[in-house]
Amino acid sequence: MIEIKDLHKSYRMGSNSLHVLKGINFTAEEGELVAIMGSSGSGKSTLLNILGMLDLADSGEYTLDNVPIKDLSETKAAQYRNKFLGFIFQSFNLINYKSALENVALPLYYQKVGRKERQEKALNYLERVGLKEWATHLPSELSGGQKQRVAIARAMAAEPKVLLADEPTGALDSKTSYEVMDLIQKINDEGNTILVVTHEEDIAHMCKRIVHLKDGVIVEDKKIEQVRAQQYV
Amino acid sequence: MFNRDRWREILEVLTSNVGRTILTAFGVCWGIFILIVLLAAGKGFENGIRADFGDIATNTMFMWTRRTTKPYEGLPKDRSFEFKVSDVQAIWDNVPNLRFVSPRNQLGGFRGGGNVIRGIRVGAYNVYGDYPEIINQDPMSVTSGRFINHNDIKDKRKVAVIGQGVKSELYDKDEEVLGSYIKIQGVNFMVIGTYKKKNNDGDGEEAQKEIYVPFTAFSQAFNRGEDVGWMAITAHDGSSISELKHNIIDVMKTRHKIHPEDKRAVGHFDLYEQFNRVESLFVGLKAIAYLVGIMVLLSGIIGVSNIMLIVVKERTKEIGIRRALGEQPWSIKKQILMESIFLTIISGMAGIIFGSLVIYGINSLLDNTGPVDMFVNPSVSVSVVSGAMMILIISGLLAGFIPANSAIKVRPIEALRTE
Ligand SMILES: Nc1ncnc2c1ncn2[C@@H]1O[C@H](COP(=O)(O)OP(=O)(O)O)[C@@H](O)[C@H]1O
Ligand SMILES: [Mg+2]
Repeated sequence: MIEIKDLHKSYRMGSNSLHVLKGINFTAEEGELVAIMGSSGSGKSTLLNILGMLDLADSGEYTLDNVPIKDLSETKAAQYRNKFLGFIFQSFNLINYKSALENVALPLYYQKVGRKERQEKALNYLERVGLKEWATHLPSELSGGQKQRVAIARAMAAEPKVLLADEPTGALDSKTSYEVMDLIQKINDEGNTILVVTHEEDIAHMCKRIVHLKDGVIVEDKKIEQVRAQQYV
Repeated sequence: MFNRDRWREILEVLTSNVGRTILTAFGVCWGIFILIVLLAAGKGFENGIRADFGDIATNTMFMWTRRTTKPYEGLPKDRSFEFKVSDVQAIWDNVPNLRFVSPRNQLGGFRGGGNVIRGIRVGAYNVYGDYPEIINQDPMSVTSGRFINHNDIKDKRKVAVIGQGVKSELYDKDEEVLGSYIKIQGVNFMVIGTYKKKNNDGDGEEAQKEIYVPFTAFSQAFNRGEDVGWMAITAHDGSSISELKHNIIDVMKTRHKIHPEDKRAVGHFDLYEQFNRVESLFVGLKAIAYLVGIMVLLSGIIGVSNIMLIVVKERTKEIGIRRALGEQPWSIKKQILMESIFLTIISGMAGIIFGSLVIYGINSLLDNTGPVDMFVNPSVSVSVVSGAMMILIISGLLAGFIPANSAIKVRPIEALRTE
């Protein structure tokens, strides 16, 4: 599903250059639930953003669902993001003047889905994250966990091939974190490919595979026995 | 393109900070207001001046004789001469594209006071000896009876067409005018018609106090022989009398043995030239109105553009989220442009409405206080308003252009990172 070869990325700041990713090789099959771990500043988000086509690598190859991601125009990138990818951010990134339902419906709007169908689908996904009753509420009226669940519903709404979650539980207490992980596990159970960036061990162990980043390279990549979040909820 | 979601979003953005939106709108509103009011004022002035010209055929010149200023072919300078009736035919024969050549004679006005008597009533009026064509050059509507015709000319009938002003001074209210006689400098003329001239308020009174009699009868009654006092010459619409007048004057100079370089011997007044001069004044006024209006509008547009830039900056993160969710760059651009156009049009319309109200107010003020010289019915036409709308749409586009581009210039990842 995802294949990257020898990926490099550096940030230029004035005359200095910070080499963040120093040749990443990585593959993820369909249906995997991968945790990307590493200390703060190790380049986890950078990697995820490149995978999400939000940022560009300096060199290296990237293939997503057998489509080479290379020299994309912004228009094409937007189209691919919409079709292939769903994002879940640490800070939720909901649009604050839109209701939960409208937020979830947004990716569908960009897919030119009709208004009625859009609303129905969005409501359906809100129901799956247990927030049907909150459909008309603004993000400011929701708790952190609820916001993240809306964000997950939004990421799911366009039925992407891959979900990319950057510290989805980073802003949540542990109980809410487990609820969110429970949701992510259930989505994965249905066969969705999910990449979760985290620096928390317990969250990482709720995935099926842990990739460890250090100093810009993958230092460890192992399959693990998944801890179900259900039991902590 | 114009779906509900877009409109909702436009309204959401613009109403999220009402005070700022109104302040921004004010600049554009004010610009359009000034444009509209200035154009209307120019139009009012134009209407006023045009009313002064009345219905008169503007492609017309008037020509009269003066003393020569140069000796020529043995004739001395300072010689006086008169146009003759035969000059009319000579002009027709030598100058093409003429529509009317009317020889005229006149009593009263600048050639002395004409006395007109009816019974015990006396009046001083301009009395003209004219050909029937004069009604086309100096249009008037015949309110009763008829105007002079060619039989009158041929038979030298002593008949007269009098103005409404003459009628009201020489006749009682319900007295029969047609068929009655008036005595012009001792000669009896029968009144065959009355006229009214459409003219503005200024000279209107005078214009209604004229008497027209057949040219031939005039010449006979007042001993003018073959003399012609002056001529009114109108060119066909396609050609300009200002160009033809040189030929005409040359013909006169040849016939009356005047030195070709004598600039003063043949006096003339070129109405067309005057009219054109005034026309270019109108054009100038319009240009000034547009210039000033558009300058003010421009500052309004810059204001809108600035605010849109701020709005885009404030929404950087949101735009980043949208792009992460897969919104196309052009869709974001379109959204910003539409917001800008919408804001510009709404505020521009407010300016148009406000301006129209002021113009309406001025008009009703003019109606109530009576006419003002050289200022009649200031107004804006539909074409001006639709022109203003066009300007607004273009302005909105221009105002939104830079902000729209800056909205998608930021890479999604940077947009997401901003707080
Ligand atoms: N836009 C940027 N410009 C410059 N340096 C950056 C930028 N983004 C990230 N970095 C730097 O790159 C390194 C990796 O960042 P990041 O991928 O966000 O790490 P992580 O998510 O693992 O904490 C950090 O040292 C960070 O300061
Ligand atoms: Mg990070």
